Amino acid sequence: MAKRKSNLRGREGIAGWVFTAPMIVILGVFLFVPVVMALWVSMTNWRGNVDPFGGGPNAAFVGAKNYTALFLQDGLARSNFMQSLGNTFFYVLFVVPLQTATSLLLALIVNDRFLRGKSFFRTAFYFPSVTSSIAISTVFLFLFSNTGAVNGFLKILGIDGPQWFSDSRGLFHLFLGLFGADNPGWAQGEIFGRSLWDWLSGPSVAMCVIIILAVWTTTGTFMLMFLAALQDLPVEVDEAAMLDGVSPWQKLRLVTIPMLKPALFLVTTLGLIGTWQVFDQIYVMGKGAPAGTTMTPAFLSYTTSFRSNGWGSGAAMAFVVFLIIVLLTWWQRHIMRDDKTPGRLRRAFGAANLMRSHRGTGKTP
Amino acid sequence: MRSRKTRHATVALTLGAVGALVLSACGGGGSSFGGATKSQAAGPAKLTIMIGSSGDAETNAVKAAADAWAKKSGNTAEVIVASDLGQQLGQGFAGGTPPDLFYADASRIGDFAKAGNLFAYGDQVQGENFLPTLVKTFTYDGKLQCAPKDYSTLALVINTAMWTAAGLTDADIPKDWAGLESAAKKLTKGKVTGLVIGNDINRGGAFMKQAGGWVVSDDGKTMTADSPENLAGLQEIQKMMKAGSLKFNTDTSPAAGWGGEAFGKGIGAMTIEGNWIKGALTKDYPNIKAKIVELPAGPAGKGTLMFSNCWGIAAKSAHQAQAVDLVKFLTSVDQQLAFTKAFGPMPSTEAGIAKFKTDYPDDAAFAAGGDYGQGPVNLPGFDPVMAAFNSKLATLGKGGDPKAMLAELQKNGTAAIAAG
Repeated sequence: MAKRKSNLRGREGIAGWVFTAPMIVILGVFLFVPVVMALWVSMTNWRGNVDPFGGGPNAAFVGAKNYTALFLQDGLARSNFMQSLGNTFFYVLFVVPLQTATSLLLALIVNDRFLRGKSFFRTAFYFPSVTSSIAISTVFLFLFSNTGAVNGFLKILGIDGPQWFSDSRGLFHLFLGLFGADNPGWAQGEIFGRSLWDWLSGPSVAMCVIIILAVWTTTGTFMLMFLAALQDLPVEVDEAAMLDGVSPWQKLRLVTIPMLKPALFLVTTLGLIGTWQVFDQIYVMGKGAPAGTTMTPAFLSYTTSFRSNGWGSGAAMAFVVFLIIVLLTWWQRHIMRDDKTPGRLRRAFGAANLMRSHRGTGKTP
Repeated sequence: MRSRKTRHATVALTLGAVGALVLSACGGGGSSFGGATKSQAAGPAKLTIMIGSSGDAETNAVKAAADAWAKKSGNTAEVIVASDLGQQLGQGFAGGTPPDLFYADASRIGDFAKAGNLFAYGDQVQGENFLPTLVKTFTYDGKLQCAPKDYSTLALVINTAMWTAAGLTDADIPKDWAGLESAAKKLTKGKVTGLVIGNDINRGGAFMKQAGGWVVSDDGKTMTADSPENLAGLQEIQKMMKAGSLKFNTDTSPAAGWGGEAFGKGIGAMTIEGNWIKGALTKDYPNIKAKIVELPAGPAGKGTLMFSNCWGIAAKSAHQAQAVDLVKFLTSVDQQLAFTKAFGPMPSTEAGIAKFKTDYPDDAAFAAGGDYGQGPVNLPGFDPVMAAFNSKLATLGKGGDPKAMLAELQKNGTAAIAAG
């Protein structure tokens, strides 16, 4: 009996390995091994002209010097890196909530039983995600140019549109400026060599264009994820809620969204990872201009490595961003997890209360 | 029995997969990374030339020259047009298989030389008599790293129709800053701005030079960015911006991609551009008639900027001797004048430029710039420093502070020189 079972499992085991071996080899060679190589390069002073694994003066091991130069050493590398981190932090802060909320809203609309032409709307909303990001970025360059369609539309409304791509003023700076604050004394403290006032600048006007672009492009993909999750929700819970007489807004807040937690978690995680790695749009729409306010760590890593031959520093930046993403994802997972339930999809509407009251008596629902 | 066999098979398969991984990762890498340069002993050499072309005219001209040399010397030379020269060169250097001959921009000489990518053959081409200003631009660490292939300078390009319509004559052609201010003011009317220039140091730097300052000292060992002369140059630009007679190409309405586009579209009545504007005007804006004059002199005299590429030979090239021979062919007077005819830049040798001055009298202003032009900063590690300065300089018309910009350039540049 036992032998036959292990035989079956053994054969299935081999079949499993045979099927996954090609993918393991490909992922290993093209993903895992280069990452390990890059980790090594980030600890050397390699300038791109000799074998980085051969040692010698042009590829010498320097330990954590590239990392400390990014954080502790006063200089252009640190100020560029800190500015790129600040820019991307605001970019993430605006894009992730906006794209999550917009995609959820679109999914709710498309999921509506009474909506006609559902597949048309699904296609229309998903279309921007399928189009090449370079093509969309180029179109946005024309749309938001000084005399482009957006400024023309604003002119009809009587607003004098800004020079989108050459305006480096930060949004928060402009807002605080309304209250008369301009580089005030309380914001002079320095964090990693950058004044607090600079850290609070918010996304620049040029960065706002990229934020709009990112939200418009990625909502489609996340809308599909929410749609799939919505269609998986049990109809009985909805009907029970309607019978109990909740308003649509209450239903959304207390029933639908708690049940969408796994999809929400997926969308926010993907959003966080994707936004910290933004590159294509920066490359097409300004390469960091104006005044470095659209610079992101991914693009800075590219220019440091390929333009200035500072491969060690570029690789170090990439790993710092990797750590930031991992930390953020872990933190997000931590706040979204639910200690009280045993890991399964939580049924709202008193299920949690039921369990809390039954735990004391030892009964299970 | 069978379970042990399947267990063994599983282990063997796992080890095999891991082994394949390790082998495929390590196997390919070792052989292609170069050790010492092996020069080809005998037989015709196959050279690769990588260029960053400005268009079909340039590509065809270089190909024709390469074929002519190939026929003469019995070797072959293949011309590769790079879509992103900087990136492809970087790949070539890192991978150990760079092209034998390539365009090297003056601003990258320090980076390439420091990384050991260049074969400094300047001593072998001393007889060609290159312009002294060009030799200075391409000298790093006391050695001429490569032979300058041509050069362009900046000059003032004037829209003759707008000029005469504003009632200006030849006597009003600006010879100094005051003349430039008044001419630009007279040309600014309605949507047209008197002078539209590019928004980085490659145009604004001309004003700094005219005021008597520059980013680094002549020997390239000290930063001179934070000087009153440079400040005077930038303040002159700001003064004209406040008067409304000067705009950066990104600040015009509609914004232009570069000064030449603003000039061609009639957004700017004058612009400061180099030799390439002639080709651009003929191709894209044939209806505009332009007059080219030397840039006005500043408080310290005439000043303009020079842009040049050289023929870089890779240190890892296996055909260095043949490459030097090819360079000598390409920098001969006839060959350089053929390039000039095809796509416009000026010859880099004294003999060449003398013939250029007689053949192309309309371009006298560009040619004159070769005597007092300033090449770009060629020190290693300056790419991010200049990029940071350029991005700040672009805000000059929106309340940027030139003193702060120059102070930051001084700080970053000093750090870069210390590191390099």
